[in-house]
Amino acid sequence: MTLAVRHTWFMVGRQLRNLMREPIWIALLLVQPMVWLLLYGQLFKRVTNLPGGGFGTTSYITFLAPAIVIMNAFFGATWSGMAMISDLDRDVLPRFLATPVSRISLVVSQIVRSALIAVIQGVIILLVALALGVRVDTGLLGWVVILAAAALMNSAFAGLSQGIALLVRKEATMIAIANFIGLPLFFLSSTLISIRQVPHWMQIAAKFNPVNWGVIAAREVVLPGTDWGSVAFHLALLLGLSVATAAFATWTFQAYQRTI
Amino acid sequence: MGVDAIVVDELRKHYGDVEALAGVGFRVQSGEVFGLLGPNGAGKSTTVKVLATLTKPDSGRAEIAGRDVLHEPDAVRRAIGYVPQSSGVDRDATGRENLMLQGRIQGVVGQALHARVDELLELLGLSDAADRVVRGYSGGMKRRLDVGLGLVHRPQVLFLDEPTTGLDPEARASMWGELERLAEGEALTILLTTHYMEEADQLADRLAIVSRGRVVVEGSPEDLKRSLRGESVEVELADGRAADAASVVAALEGVHEASADGRKLRSRVASGARAIPSILSALDAEGIGVEAVTTHRPSLDDVYLHYTGREFTAEDEAGSQQGSARGRR
Repeated sequence: MTLAVRHTWFMVGRQLRNLMREPIWIALLLVQPMVWLLLYGQLFKRVTNLPGGGFGTTSYITFLAPAIVIMNAFFGATWSGMAMISDLDRDVLPRFLATPVSRISLVVSQIVRSALIAVIQGVIILLVALALGVRVDTGLLGWVVILAAAALMNSAFAGLSQGIALLVRKEATMIAIANFIGLPLFFLSSTLISIRQVPHWMQIAAKFNPVNWGVIAAREVVLPGTDWGSVAFHLALLLGLSVATAAFATWTFQAYQRTI
Repeated sequence: MGVDAIVVDELRKHYGDVEALAGVGFRVQSGEVFGLLGPNGAGKSTTVKVLATLTKPDSGRAEIAGRDVLHEPDAVRRAIGYVPQSSGVDRDATGRENLMLQGRIQGVVGQALHARVDELLELLGLSDAADRVVRGYSGGMKRRLDVGLGLVHRPQVLFLDEPTTGLDPEARASMWGELERLAEGEALTILLTTHYMEEADQLADRLAIVSRGRVVVEGSPEDLKRSLRGESVEVELADGRAADAASVVAALEGVHEASADGRKLRSRVASGARAIPSILSALDAEGIGVEAVTTHRPSLDDVYLHYTGREFTAEDEAGSQQGSARGRR
């Protein structure tokens, strides 16, 4: 076990070093969430006045900001399998497999790297939100909860993405699947609008949507009247899903090893 | 000495309907450089993948340094260095970072690791490029780094799967120099696969010719060459009628065998001086034009053709000359 942890650490280090060599990527990956936060947030700022309400605040950007952190973590996760495909294409994996490296570390490190990036980006998004006047009602603890929700949100889908990458092993297929999963789950959540404002069937669907679990947990700590039970419940759901998808990714990795 | 570093016994493996290994078997002594020579698709890489614990055979047995590849894979992995056919370096990292990571997962740590990495960079002529990202390396540099990755933990056995494929002749020659020095300096047992005859001839103490998943013949390059009697005569033809020429020449007295190879006719004869006049007049009688005739002692090339000849086209997907000659007919 300690060996698996050590090797995961080595592998995460490898990926982060490579990423830091081109830090421009972290910035570029932030363009999309910033567009949502800055442009969409301004465009629809009167949406909180809708009859029926349910926003819990009159500041739309305060409503939106924690959800954008989650959205960013989610979309980042759907793409995280691309790094695995790149390692497969370049035969990096067979080289590692001929060493006593912990097999599980090769999979888990991809998920950890993905979640770490989601957290770093989450901090940046929150700092921009802070500059725009967003206040987290529960203070520092709230920040920790939002970032934990982002990490769990990301790892839940990073595990799925790694597993799919190991099954399809083609970039084009991976892109198609990421889009197929990404947009519907995003729009079937309360990321952009209060759940009370959407059709009944969507409200039902959102209950089962992991993206919505993350949004609920992150938003609860930002808005006044935090329901800690709901926060804990939804974080636990995401944790459970993360464990399940990591197991799925490990299983697909074993399937890949049998094809060498 | 005299201890077997590699024991391979009756390995069989199928990929779907394709029989990759059909009972391949050989032994390599400790300290030896052993070559597996054969066309693409003969089963060389699959054999190495089994020995490097990457894939499991359907049946058969293999041991590296006394450890069974199926039952003690981690012990085998610590004892071996594996240089795969296609480079497995992380192109976004520097040469030094690649080596450091490889060392760490092999359990080399601290000052010993730093010293070993420096030593290897120096040995492989990569010191100046050590802290540059691998993406900018030449093909030869990348390949040398691959070899370094296989050596960082001082393995007992090194697998080199087609170490010079894709390198230009100059880089190949310098790679051979590096490998020869390594074989001497590091007290290594090396298993080398190649489809370059010269490479096997130059580097291997002993070699096995592999065809269709089994060993066809085994011995030192010298023994194998000696096993072919007589001399080789190569006739370069003016037109593409190599197959016709081969059947004409094969029927002549004093000719052991003749085969077509693109625009060339290769034949083995008892005596070159006596055979050449009769070969030339026979070809002349058939109206087949001749551009050049050469004769030489059997090379490993001839050994290779002799043992794999007929199967060569079938196995060698990348085989250009024979394939295109056949297409033109």
